[in-house]
Amino acid sequence: MQEKVVSLYQSEKKIYPREILGFYAKWRWFFVWITQIIFYFTPWIEWGGRQAVLFEITSRKFYIFKYVFYPQDLIYLSGILIISALGLFLFTTLAGRIWCGLSCPQTVYTEIFLWIEAKIEGNFIKRERRDKSNWNINKIFIKLQKHMVWIIFSIWTGFTFVGFFTPIKPLLNESIEFSVTGWSLFWIIFYGFLTYFNAGFMREQVCKYMCPYARFQSSMFDQNTLTMIYDKDRGEPRKGKSDGKQGDCIDCNICVQVCPNGIDIRNGLQYECIFCGLCADACDSVMKKVNKPGNLISYTTPIILKNNLSFSKKMKIFLRPRITIYSLILISIIGLFFYKLENRYDFKFNVIRDRGILSRVDKNDMLQNVYRLKIMNVGLSNDRYNLAVDGLPRIRIDKKTIKNLRIELDPVESDTYVVTVEIPNKSKQPGNYPINFLLRKLGSDNVLFEKSIFVVPKDENKKK
Amino acid sequence: MLSEFNNYFWPVLVASITILGIVGCYILLKLTGKKNNANDTNSTSGHIWDEDLEEKNNPLPRWWVGLFVITIIWGLIYLWLYPGIILTDGYLKWTQLKQYQNELDTADKKYAAMYRDYGQLDLDSFINNRKAIKIGKKIFLNNCAQCHGSDARGTKSFPNLTDHDWLYGGEIKDIKTTIINGRNGLMPPLGSIGTKNDLWDVAHYVKSLSGSKHHPMKAIRGKEKFGICASCHGLDGKGNQTIGAPNLTDQIWLHGESLEGIVHRITYGIKNEMPAWKDRLTPDQIHLVSLYTRMLSREDQ
Repeated sequence: MQEKVVSLYQSEKKIYPREILGFYAKWRWFFVWITQIIFYFTPWIEWGGRQAVLFEITSRKFYIFKYVFYPQDLIYLSGILIISALGLFLFTTLAGRIWCGLSCPQTVYTEIFLWIEAKIEGNFIKRERRDKSNWNINKIFIKLQKHMVWIIFSIWTGFTFVGFFTPIKPLLNESIEFSVTGWSLFWIIFYGFLTYFNAGFMREQVCKYMCPYARFQSSMFDQNTLTMIYDKDRGEPRKGKSDGKQGDCIDCNICVQVCPNGIDIRNGLQYECIFCGLCADACDSVMKKVNKPGNLISYTTPIILKNNLSFSKKMKIFLRPRITIYSLILISIIGLFFYKLENRYDFKFNVIRDRGILSRVDKNDMLQNVYRLKIMNVGLSNDRYNLAVDGLPRIRIDKKTIKNLRIELDPVESDTYVVTVEIPNKSKQPGNYPINFLLRKLGSDNVLFEKSIFVVPKDENKKK
Repeated sequence: MLSEFNNYFWPVLVASITILGIVGCYILLKLTGKKNNANDTNSTSGHIWDEDLEEKNNPLPRWWVGLFVITIIWGLIYLWLYPGIILTDGYLKWTQLKQYQNELDTADKKYAAMYRDYGQLDLDSFINNRKAIKIGKKIFLNNCAQCHGSDARGTKSFPNLTDHDWLYGGEIKDIKTTIINGRNGLMPPLGSIGTKNDLWDVAHYVKSLSGSKHHPMKAIRGKEKFGICASCHGLDGKGNQTIGAPNLTDQIWLHGESLEGIVHRITYGIKNEMPAWKDRLTPDQIHLVSLYTRMLSREDQ
């Protein structure tokens, strides 16, 4: 036996996918347009005198149209994440990597960059030939052109991204004057660079080696999950591979040429496959030319492929218990999310017991505890609020506090209010008693409760 | 930094582990990059488990290895820039304290302009300026409330700022002086002025000044001994704001109203300190918080 050294690292081969238009490619372009229109235009929308969608990190206010979110609204972010995760389960179980193939940003930007590349450099054959040819003025010029367009597009992408976090119109003015500085500049360049690098160079490598979603998806598949399948029984043996019976596959290799991830779907399902369906489009176009039925490669499941099922039987497969349960959970959580969102109070508060003063007895022989109330108006109008306290007999907010307490907040304003609460001295045994603060927005029935503790110290009387 | 260690053992150990770790990563990367394979017909990695289960060689892309190398280089640069190896200060001479100070300076510069507008306010315009009150309140809650309480009404040994009993005067300029330089209240021990009974008599007299519960006979006897107290608290017991001697006639007892406590304080004296804030707060901040404090006592009227 011969000893041989195998490298565990290797340079990746560049893939030159052939352009194709068909059913799946059209869907892909549809999602390119939808996602990019949303991404590039959202920051420019105005809403009530401010940018409609703006995530202000420094002031910790997150504007989404009529809603203003605060870090305290973390529950809504959790809600969105839970909905996204369940959506992931549902769609992956039903349709596999459909997200990867149609609307993942990596796919979408790669598609855009490939389109620019094809416009400037020509089709896949020309591109490969040019890359292999020696450098000359013409090649440098063409490459330069391509990279210039890529870079301009990337910077615009980075600029738009930053526009979600800092008001985009002033940012545009600064950009035109080249006076953007600090983190805005960093993120424009960084995000732009990542777009350029990932969509221009890394491409399928991101899916193969970086993306975690791609790796754990398979655990959500079952035998009825839709996948890209080459109908082996119909296609094999390929043209030229056998003298006798011949399958429908004419071995034109077009399915390999169009694949953006450089695989041959005829070898079966592979981990690189992102279900973009371009091979199916390509194959269909060839089948049409040779007058054979399409769908030699199709987006289906093995059972549907093998058996000629009626529509209702197919629906039974699609609406299997797993899918139904996922859907029900997803729908109820989305419903709950929007119910909570629509019914959330437009003010918040929390209570902190004073850290300096445990308790004191004032000259009217009342035992006092001190609290700080942080109250936030997260609504869109100037509002006033009423405060009450309960939980102990004869507990009340002391007179001096009431005299000066006027809780009035402008929209998105917050303030701290200091409240002294008292009970008659010696009316309670020493200990910690739970009490409630109740905050009501004037002119509404919206009341928020917040718990705290009233401390009756052991030796307050002795100490005197 | 070395002062935290009493010898060179730990820093040298930590530095060696750090450097060995980084070098080790590189060696590991090199060593595992290639595999001698005796039987490479299916391009497997050469591992075989359970008799026939082979691991296919699925080579890692080179750019991935490149990223790994970059992290190793970055690790070395980082160690050179920062005091990662405890024996050196690092090229940037970075310390936590310097970073903290830088951030403070930046914040001071940033907010100075905002405070400047409020630095000139008088009490009346302050009371009508909701934003100024809000800022004054914030400064108070963040700096003063630890001792005086969030509601500024104090507790035992920490003065109530909302009554009209000012130890050192309640004008804005007095309050400012108190905040800027702090105050050192000192009552000397006077246990030697008489017998134990004499001290109790004085205590009863002190209580009688404010009309609190006391023993009339003892109080009359105590009055004779009060002379030495009067040098600070005044003959009428109304105190002296220039030296911070409290008014004894107003039923406000900073350190408690029990007779035992008063006797104890006469015997052993008492010290009370308000720290100076001139290094922590800017003059404009001190102005604002003085106005806020003054406003609280005004509201009581």
